[in-house]
Amino acid sequence: MTAVLDARDVSFGYGGAPILEGISLSLKKAEVVTLLGPNGSGKSTLLKVLLGIHRCRSGEVRLDGRPLRALAPVDIAKRMAYVPQSHSLSFAYSVFDVVLMGRVMHRSLWSSYSREDRLHAENALERLRIAHLAHRPYTEISGGERQLALIARALAQGADILIMDEPVSGLDYGNQVRLLEQIALLASDGLTFLKTTHFPDHALLIADRVVLLKQGRIVGDGHPQQVVTQDNVRRLYEVAVDIVSIRDGYRCCVPRLNRSDNKRAGGRAVER
Amino acid sequence: MTAWDDSRRPAPSFVSRHRWAWGLSLVLAAASAASLMVGRYAVPPGDILGFFMALYAGGEGMDASRFQELHVLLLDVRLPRIVAAMLIGAALASSGTAFQALFMNPLVSPGLLGVLAGASFGAALAMVFFDHWLAVQVSAFLFGLIAVGLALGIAALYRANSLLILVLGGIISTGLFASLLSLVKFVADPYDQLPAIVMWLMGRLSNVDARTVTVLVVPLLAGMFALGLSAKYLNVLSMGDGEATALGVNVRRIRCVVIFWATLISALTVVMAGRIEWIGLVIPHVARFLVGPNNEILVPFSAVLGALFLLIVDNIARNLFPVEVPVGVVTELIGIPIFLFVLLKTRKEWA
Repeated sequence: MTAVLDARDVSFGYGGAPILEGISLSLKKAEVVTLLGPNGSGKSTLLKVLLGIHRCRSGEVRLDGRPLRALAPVDIAKRMAYVPQSHSLSFAYSVFDVVLMGRVMHRSLWSSYSREDRLHAENALERLRIAHLAHRPYTEISGGERQLALIARALAQGADILIMDEPVSGLDYGNQVRLLEQIALLASDGLTFLKTTHFPDHALLIADRVVLLKQGRIVGDGHPQQVVTQDNVRRLYEVAVDIVSIRDGYRCCVPRLNRSDNKRAGGRAVER
Repeated sequence: MTAWDDSRRPAPSFVSRHRWAWGLSLVLAAASAASLMVGRYAVPPGDILGFFMALYAGGEGMDASRFQELHVLLLDVRLPRIVAAMLIGAALASSGTAFQALFMNPLVSPGLLGVLAGASFGAALAMVFFDHWLAVQVSAFLFGLIAVGLALGIAALYRANSLLILVLGGIISTGLFASLLSLVKFVADPYDQLPAIVMWLMGRLSNVDARTVTVLVVPLLAGMFALGLSAKYLNVLSMGDGEATALGVNVRRIRCVVIFWATLISALTVVMAGRIEWIGLVIPHVARFLVGPNNEILVPFSAVLGALFLLIVDNIARNLFPVEVPVGVVTELIGIPIFLFVLLKTRKEWA
């Protein structure tokens, strides 16, 4: 299958030293790709380069085979949406108004949102089952609900590639799981996801493909089973982990705690 | 699910979505008519109606001397002042609203980038060196724009397209022109020029003349219209640069357009009536408290509310006390308690 989003040999930096170097990465339709990497590895920056918010210093990003720099922001936005970390706003827009903002590029300077725009926003809210939040202030709903509202905005936008920056950060355990379920569900409907995360477990749970980023370079790209390995996670985060198989072929990643008063027990575990 | 059922209704028409603004516009029209009657010489409503009918008929149907008298009082004195009060209130309130959304901060006012400080310096400079009213107006306008230009220039030096740097540029520019103003005050003649500068800085509508109002009404309305058109982009911009870009909005262009028009109309308010503070900060808050933060409704609503506010305050300033108090002073005295009240009511929003 051809790639919907394709980055080739991309480099980027704000001024001096490059933050990203020689990045090649492609997304196929309906794929869930998880980007793993330690703090400061350039994950968020890479997302912004792929979205066209930052222009790459060298290399090229192509959307549906067309170079990103040749596309107007409006044309990019019709295909690709950015779902930031759930944030707090200075102004208490209603959830409906926030979702409606996804329709802004469908409107000309002279026209306000149409009935059709409002319908798109309503459908997006219903699809994520948060229609009951429509008239609540965005500033007063929970972090998990905000994340769902931002996904709804991406759907209202009409985009089918969703670029998500640490979607589960700040969410409680239940909301994390529900959000992952929602992403898997939308992917099965044909949406494409690229998301960053700090949890190797989440990559093992729902990703079709995992990309490892360290110091601005890609150090691994492939099926989660092959990429999220003990060695790779240790090299990426500099902590020791076990990848254990559980029921139905699921695997999960368990850290080995390095406790000074319990070192020998830890040492035995490694030998075993 | 009751809250949701509400939005299932057909999309509200323009009138029902803006019913607040329409209702308030009617109040504003009534207030401006009432303002024609009150003053040192009270004119009964019947006379005002009679005068305008006579005016329409070309001077017929009214005693000639009475007609002349009312012509001067209503058309040359009161009407320009009423129109100026409404325009200034609306311009400051709408540019304040636009700036608050643009800078993602509800504590921002139109003077953030230095326009008011620059215009104040420009006016004082011309008062000392030219002593001609037109020169004062032109100089105030030009230095208002120069001050904002300086703020933008400082921001551009950093090559970072960041709001924080822009605010920093505004602080520097404001500080520079405030100190230059002090310098002008220091060299001004303390018996003649200095009191004139101080009075002018308090903000007053008594100097407004019909010609200035006629000339400035077009750019002021154009600026407010432009800010109104930018409203749906302002909503998006208040989500942050990255998100706005990803939503397909040309952030740089919208920001330039909004800063240009907000600066222009703020500078023009100084040209008309000197420095009137607090409206640009307080009215957007009151308006947001009443109709919510959606700029598509908020910007026009603030404009109408600002017009009504300054009109009422000006009526107080010219009627309540035996001598006329500068309107800028009354604006502050009334605006500050209102601001406090609204802050206490809405602080939840900022959590």
